[in-house]
Amino acid sequence: MKTVNQRAWLLILPVVICVAFSAILPLMTVVNYSVQDIISPERRVFVGTEWFKSVMRDDDLQGALLRQIAFSFAVLVVEIPLGIALALAMPAKGWHASAVLVLVAISLLIPWNVVGTIWQIYGRTDIGLFGAALAWLGIDYSYTGSARDAWLTVLLMDVWHWTPLVALLCYAGLRAIPDAYYQAASIDGASKFAVFRFIQLPKLRGVLMIAVLLRFMDSFMIYTEPFVLTGGGPGNATTFLSQYLTQKAVGQFDLGPAAAFSLIYFLIILLLCFILYNWMQRVGTADKEAGHG
Amino acid sequence: MHPATCWLRRPATAVTDMARIDLDLAHAYMANPKSDDDYALLPLAMSFSDGGAYALLGPSGCGKTTLLNIVSGLVKPSRGSVRFDGVDVTARTPQQRNIAQVFQFPVIYDTMTVAENLAFPLRNRGVAADRIARRVGQIAEMLELSGQLNTRAAGLAADAKQKISLGRGLVREDVSAVLFDEPLTVIDPHLKWQLRRKLKQIHQELKLTLIYVTHDQVEALTFAEQVVVMTRGRAVQTGSASELFDRPQHTFVGHFIGSPGMNFLPARSAGASLDVAGHRLSLAARGLADLGIVTLGVRPEYVTLAAAGAEGALPAVVTQAQDIGTYWLLTTQVGAGAGAGGVVRARLGTRQAIPRAGETVWLRLVGAHTCFYKDDVLVAEAAS
Repeated sequence: MKTVNQRAWLLILPVVICVAFSAILPLMTVVNYSVQDIISPERRVFVGTEWFKSVMRDDDLQGALLRQIAFSFAVLVVEIPLGIALALAMPAKGWHASAVLVLVAISLLIPWNVVGTIWQIYGRTDIGLFGAALAWLGIDYSYTGSARDAWLTVLLMDVWHWTPLVALLCYAGLRAIPDAYYQAASIDGASKFAVFRFIQLPKLRGVLMIAVLLRFMDSFMIYTEPFVLTGGGPGNATTFLSQYLTQKAVGQFDLGPAAAFSLIYFLIILLLCFILYNWMQRVGTADKEAGHG
Repeated sequence: MHPATCWLRRPATAVTDMARIDLDLAHAYMANPKSDDDYALLPLAMSFSDGGAYALLGPSGCGKTTLLNIVSGLVKPSRGSVRFDGVDVTARTPQQRNIAQVFQFPVIYDTMTVAENLAFPLRNRGVAADRIARRVGQIAEMLELSGQLNTRAAGLAADAKQKISLGRGLVREDVSAVLFDEPLTVIDPHLKWQLRRKLKQIHQELKLTLIYVTHDQVEALTFAEQVVVMTRGRAVQTGSASELFDRPQHTFVGHFIGSPGMNFLPARSAGASLDVAGHRLSLAARGLADLGIVTLGVRPEYVTLAAAGAEGALPAVVTQAQDIGTYWLLTTQVGAGAGAGGVVRARLGTRQAIPRAGETVWLRLVGAHTCFYKDDVLVAEAAS
């Protein structure tokens, strides 16, 4: 029989306190708000699941959710292949490698709101390089006027800002592949594509999984950049979930619905990450009983 | 820097696909090599003939892997040329040279099954599907992988993965040569023995030119017909197992091959006599007369005990006597100072009386198998 040492609990107490204050208490506050109607700081009424029901029926919210899913999907579809391509094109050795690494990483160092401001100016048709260039080419472009243009600009901005992260992760993954693999492929007469398909891509699986999850979660919570660039407009073309939530919670002070929606939002992210993670674990390792390599 | 020249003799076979490989080159990884130390491979010339089984043997960092990669085309020699059947292929890629190579650590394509892995080199060359299937079947049979053909290669154990690597090296019938770079490093000892036999068998069946790099003398001597011994970027001797054992052309070969390696003692030859550790042995050694100071080399297997004061023997103090099972290993000190004497080891049969540590014994060092070296190179053999 093992002796039970209750003092062990003391050892995990610091962690429990930290987690309680950083995660559990704030979350419970949100849960608390989500089931009450706060009329004034002194008066509050318990309303049960009413906020959840009304939030689920909200057309604006459903619109924002669809836009959000479409946006995150587009971000992954563009940034992941582009990041891989960039990593493949980056030099592996010498001073070029360091120089390119620094250049690629620059956009990652810029604060979110500055990125929004940069693109706000960059996209202007009168003084912005990008907007003016498009206007000069005869393309009718306005991120403030056209919903499509606004949406595309936000996507482009995210691609510009975050593709380097995917590229750096893939670059690290590529450098970790032993030379023997390339030598063997060269002996086996593999084409460049075959090397990519059968060596590089399988070996990048781990870092790609991290890249996809990071980019998915991050893009699903995007707030600052579209807020600075378009303010969610025109109309609500670029109002994504977190912006919608902020409008509700801070703008209209509807704490109950906002809290209810926060919880739903949290569960959506958790669920989608879970699905993505499991799918990526399975892809490329079809027979699970053979173990993992 | 003097080029080591060795022509490996073997009758040319009639197989047309394979090639005689001639090397005449030097290689340095750095741009402007100045001293000998800057070279990974010092100038050398050697040939590998069709269908032969060769081993490149030497310690880590001796240049054997560099030499192998130069033959395969993964490394371009900084000087000289590589010729296949007289055609200069120095600038050609491994693919153009039609070389197969197996590496030290298993390289497998994770997402493919065992069969797809084996078929990969053939598929890349556009071989017809039915021929691929037949060939993959044969190779899998040979390497005892038939039962696992449809399993994903990523999940297999290291030795099975290495068998797949070997299989990919052997799957093409028309290769110029198959090169092995210490392929059995990751394999368990008992499987190692089995795979080595398999390779030998495959060599006899397929008549491919095989070049095998290893630092394990047993592996090299059992696998190859001709062994190239290398040290510090130099190929010091090429020969069969018995040539390397009985007539090491270089002290390194004597020291590296055999366990324990050859004994070396400083000696001086004058006229018909030989001075070793302060003792004058009157045993005439042909061709030694004018050599002056030499190094005497004798294998522990050929050192014998003699009666005290016997003709041609000299005294030594036993420092250790070890029972190795099938023989006794006697470690003795000959002479006093470091300059005049040295350690001599002797392998003695278990039947005879074994002297104990501290005793003085008389050893006969000069016999039919004694070699003499000057500047590490064989200059004379004792009269036989």
